[in-house]
Order: sequence, then C-alpha cells, then structure tokens
Amino acid sequence: MAIQAKELTKDYQYGFSDVDVSVFRTAKGLSPEVVASISQHKDEPEWMLKFRLKALDHFRKRPMPTWGADLSGLDFENIYYYVKPVEEMSRSWDDVPDSIKQTFDRLGIPQAERKFLAGVSAQYDSEVVYHSIREDLEKQGVLFSDCDTGLREHEELFRKYFGTVIPPNDNKFAALNSAVWSGGSFVYVPKGVKVDIPLQAYFRINSDNMGQFERTLIIADEGSSVHYIEGCTAPNYSSDSLHSAVVELIAHKGAKIRYTTIQNWSDNVYNLVTKRAIANENATVEWIDGNLGSKVTMKYPSVYLMGEGAHAEVMSAAFAGSGQHQDAGSKAIHVAPNTTSNIVSRSISKGSGRTSYRGHIKVLPKAYNVKVSVRCDALLLDEESRSDTYPYMDIDNPDVTIGHEASVSKVGEDQIFYLTSRGIPEQDATALIVNGFFEPFVKELPMEYAVELNRLLALSMEGAIG
Amino acid sequence: MTKTVLSISGLHATVEGKEILKGVDLEVAQGEIHALMGPNGSGKSTLAYTLMGHPKYVVTGGAVTFGGENLLPLTADARARLGLFLCFQYPTAIPGVSTVNFLRAALRAQGKEMPAREFLNRLSTEMQELKIDESFRSRYINDGFSGGEKKRMEILQLAMLRPKLAILDETDSGLDVDALRTVADGVMRLCGPDMGVLVITHYPRILEHLHPDRVHVLHDGRVVTSGGADLAQQIEREGYEPILGTAVAATA
Repeated sequence: MAIQAKELTKDYQYGFSDVDVSVFRTAKGLSPEVVASISQHKDEPEWMLKFRLKALDHFRKRPMPTWGADLSGLDFENIYYYVKPVEEMSRSWDDVPDSIKQTFDRLGIPQAERKFLAGVSAQYDSEVVYHSIREDLEKQGVLFSDCDTGLREHEELFRKYFGTVIPPNDNKFAALNSAVWSGGSFVYVPKGVKVDIPLQAYFRINSDNMGQFERTLIIADEGSSVHYIEGCTAPNYSSDSLHSAVVELIAHKGAKIRYTTIQNWSDNVYNLVTKRAIANENATVEWIDGNLGSKVTMKYPSVYLMGEGAHAEVMSAAFAGSGQHQDAGSKAIHVAPNTTSNIVSRSISKGSGRTSYRGHIKVLPKAYNVKVSVRCDALLLDEESRSDTYPYMDIDNPDVTIGHEASVSKVGEDQIFYLTSRGIPEQDATALIVNGFFEPFVKELPMEYAVELNRLLALSMEGAIG
Repeated sequence: MTKTVLSISGLHATVEGKEILKGVDLEVAQGEIHALMGPNGSGKSTLAYTLMGHPKYVVTGGAVTFGGENLLPLTADARARLGLFLCFQYPTAIPGVSTVNFLRAALRAQGKEMPAREFLNRLSTEMQELKIDESFRSRYINDGFSGGEKKRMEILQLAMLRPKLAILDETDSGLDVDALRTVADGVMRLCGPDMGVLVITHYPRILEHLHPDRVHVLHDGRVVTSGGADLAQQIEREGYEPILGTAVAATA
C-alpha cells in the first residue's frame, strides 16, 4: 500500500536480471534474412513468411512518426528482434526452468496466479514458457494459447482474423511488429460461451537490447464474453529497449470483450503499441489501460464501432515520472448508428515527467444517434511537470451527442495540510491523493492487480515531494 | 494541580508578509474547555492554523509548547502525532480517498491502529452518535458533502483519533440548531480528563452546550481579556464593544 512508500527503495524494484538462458537469438538489427530466420525457426507456413517480408517492406518505407513523442533515441540496428529462451513450451509449472521460476517468484506472480487464474500464459522474452488452461475452459471450447501455437494448431481460424483489424501497413510500428512478431496470446471464445474467470498473461522483457514484439489476437464469437488481463514488468537495463506490440480484438454480434493492461516498463523502454478492436452489432469492447514507467509510451487503444448498438468503453491511467513521456489516449470510430463510446483518462506527471492525452473521435455520415463522452483529468505534482491534451474530433453526422470535459489540477497545499494535520506524513499524504486520483481506474481492476498498481505507484512516488 | 497541555507566550505570526498575531499569551490545562472569542479579523483562525503548523503561517516570535514539548519546529503531522487536532472551518475534499481508508491511514500514522473488526465497530458506534449515515464510510472524504456533513465528519475524526487537545475552528458556523446540538453533544461526550478543547467562535451559542472553564477574547492579534463562562454571557448580552473598549482603555 501507499503508506509503505518510504520503506521501499528508490531503485526500480524489478530491475534485476537473471542469467540469460536463451537458446536461440537472431543477429542484432533488421533485414529480410533476420525475418526469414525467425519464420524458419518457428517452422511457419509460407503465407506467414510472405506476410512478414511484406510488412518489413512497409516498415522500411514508412517514415518515423513525428506528430507524437520524441523517438529520436531509438536505434533499430541495435536491437535483437528474436530471442527464444527455452526449447519447448511448458505446460505445467514443474517444467519451467528454475531461473525463470525465480524471476516469477520475485515478481510475486505464481502464488497469486495459481489461486485465481483460469489459464496462465507468461511471456518470457519472445516465447511463452508457462501456459496452462483450466480444464473446464477447454471443455467449453475456449482456445487460449500463445500466438505461435494458435497459428500452428488452428491455422484456418487464425488466418481468417490475423492482421484484419490492424493491417501491416497501418503504421510504422504495426509494420515492424508484423515483420518480427513472436508470442503474445491467441484467444477464441465460441458462440454463447461466457468465460467467467479472467484470462491472464504476464509479459516480461529480460534480455538487454531485446525488442519484444508480441502479437495478441482475441476473437469473441456471437454472444460470448471474455476478460483478458495482461501485466508487464520489465527489468532495468542501461541501454534502451523497444516494446512494440499489436493487439487485435474482434467482438462479434452481442459479444463482450474486456482487455485490462497494467504496464510498468523500466524507464529505458520505448513502448509503442497498436491496440484496436472491432465491435460488431450490440457488442461491447472495454479497454482498461494503465501505463506506468517506460521512457516513452505511445498507445491509443481504439474501437471501431462497426455494428448498430455497439458500445466502447476506454478507461486509462498514466503516470509519468522524471524523464518519461506518456503519450496515451484513445480513439472511437463510430461507423454504425446508435453506437456509444465512453472515454475516461487520468494522468499524473511528476518531476520532468510529461503526460499527453491524444484522442480521436470520428463519427461517419451514416452513424446516426451516436453518443460520445470524453473526460480527461490530469494531475501535476510539481512546477516542472507537464500535461497536454490533443482531442481531435471529426463529426460527419449532425445527430450526435458529444460531451467533452478536461481538467488539469495540482496537488493542493490545502489537501496536503488537511491530511498531515491528521498525523499522516507529507509523502504518504501525497501518495493518498495520487491513489485517490486513480481510484476510478483502480476500482475496475481485480483485487490483486489493484494491490500491485498501488505498490507500483508507491514506488513511483518515492521522493515525489521535497 | 492540573497540568498545562498548551502554553502560548508572546506568539507573533505573519500570513503572506502581514502580521496577524501580535503577541498571543494563552494557557490551556489538561482536560479543560477554553473558548476563544473575538470579532471578525481578530486573528482567531490564524491562531488555529499557526498552532497546527500550516506552512503559509510564519511564526516570527514567541514560544509554544504542547505537552511540554516545543511545538514550533515540528511539521503538522508531527504535531498531530503529539495529540493536537484541528477541526477545520472549511474541510478540504480528497477525491478518491474513502472515509474508511482515510481514517485507517490517520490511525496508523498516529500509532493507534486497531484490528479491522474493532475499527469498524467503533466507527459504526461513533457514526450513529453523530447521526452520520453508514453510506459515508465509503464516500470520498468531504467530496460533495454539505456544510453540516463536513462538520460532523470533523467530529467523527476527532472521535476516532482521540487527541489530547482539539481546536474547534468556528465549528458552529453554518450549522442549524439541530446539527449544532449534535456536534456539541459529540464534543462534550469526548472531552474529559484526557481531552481538552479550545473552541474558536464568534457566537456564544455553542458555548451554552460546551460550558467552557475559561473564556478569552482575542482582538487585533492579542488576548485582551480572559474570564469564566460569565464573560461569554456578557458578550451575548452586550456584544464585544464594551469589553474591547475597557480592554483598550486598560492597555492605554
């Protein structure tokens, strides 16, 4: 809890690194040979190799985006694009190598997971090493595996949806991911099946200069529902790492997908992620997105409301400490009539940290009776910190209701005095205010994630107020 | 013989460069109820904030001890941990922090933590006494509360934290007759040999409920006269003018 803030060390708590147990890695840098070697190593079908090579071509042709955060420190030639840590996928915890287990132990993951989780899929470098699915999920026909396995074992289903929400030429980093992707989760929920326990994955970058390009594809068939949770904690290294994921969600008629992420990359990671969902008729997609850490994050979870009655819910929280830039937000593209979207963003900047809310609302001509609500609140912890809002709206139908509210506030001297007058030390008082500011986000999280987020916030808050 | 809990001598303080307190002398003995009265702008609330340690209020002279310890070098949280409490005239909202979490954090900080069950039982009892609805447990502290609800919440904190001395800064302002009685009864129930009260007010009305041992009148940053409960009754009858006239004449 926040109260323990000062008992914790100022160092990045998860900044340990284990002995590198990789068995295969490509050469540094990017080339058709590197891409082909990844595909060959995975024994992929021809179409996937072609897909990758075409994506590489797109990546090379696209200029670096300059409209958002500063990416000038990124050196694509100084990154390993594929590292495979262990030979085989492990099905049970006993099969997981000891050094990897120790890493999980230090993160405090397995104990909690074993008790609560339906299936666990933990990404260690590029390959999923630990993955189990509770038996009743299998009986219901729910598929939950890493993406490579999804391609191998369910090629037809996989190919039908893969790259359809985010095509390789969508943006430079989606193209990069499409060329060198590895791991990530593949989920398919059959018609009418309601998965009542969250599916969880835990990602972690372990090798120095290791790019992580996981690919997640979630399909909820008609009338089904699923909640997928992913958390990330990267160890701390001196040279910069790149994380560039692609997440595609497809919610069919009447289906519901909730996707919860808490990311806490160490402060040298470029976190450039493309997340997009398609919501068909009467479907609901919810992105719950928490961003702590990283050097630069650019992430705008989007929902394309393609079918009548579809609903999008995006709730995000960002914390930027000194030297960090969280450029996050959301997009809602209303294609069909009677669709609704609700976007809530909360961000905190500390020291020289900077948060940006970047949102895009688009209502197409045929989308009648659309309702949109956007609310973004920023909290600044000191004079140095900064927050910006970039809300873009393209409205091509007059029959819409749009609410947009934005606020920027500072932690008030009176709030601090009020709390300290009750005996609470100033640093803990600030942590309470910060936790309170994130409360609307935190209450959407399962208990163990809420506890972890509070712990991470306490670490980030260390020394926040002098 | 009673022991002095709060001793103020020759206290000078400025707010944003302006001198408001110009040599306050005041002593409160353990477990006593003192009233500090005075017209608007006499420095009453400034004294309250200065004693609690608000960073905007700068002490420029004099001394304050609390329970024998020098209070002035301490931060507000350290003062609270010594047993000083301020009932705010305008309590601040802390969105996202529930009453329960706030109270637990405060108790923990003061080393008065108790088991969850005991805490919740005590909280329930105190809330009933103060006629605060159960739903306020999970509401964010002072967020969207009415004036009366905020004042009751201050007394609830007082009841849970049990300080040695509570300063009530115009706790009676903005309360209707019934709310005033609830709040005053709450304070009377809490004070005793272990808890004294320094009540700051314009109006003698709350003092009918609180029965002060001593009454002081503050004017232009100084305590100009002190007396028993009858001094409050005199102010009720005649207003401040005759007293201040006498006091000013006496010092002239």
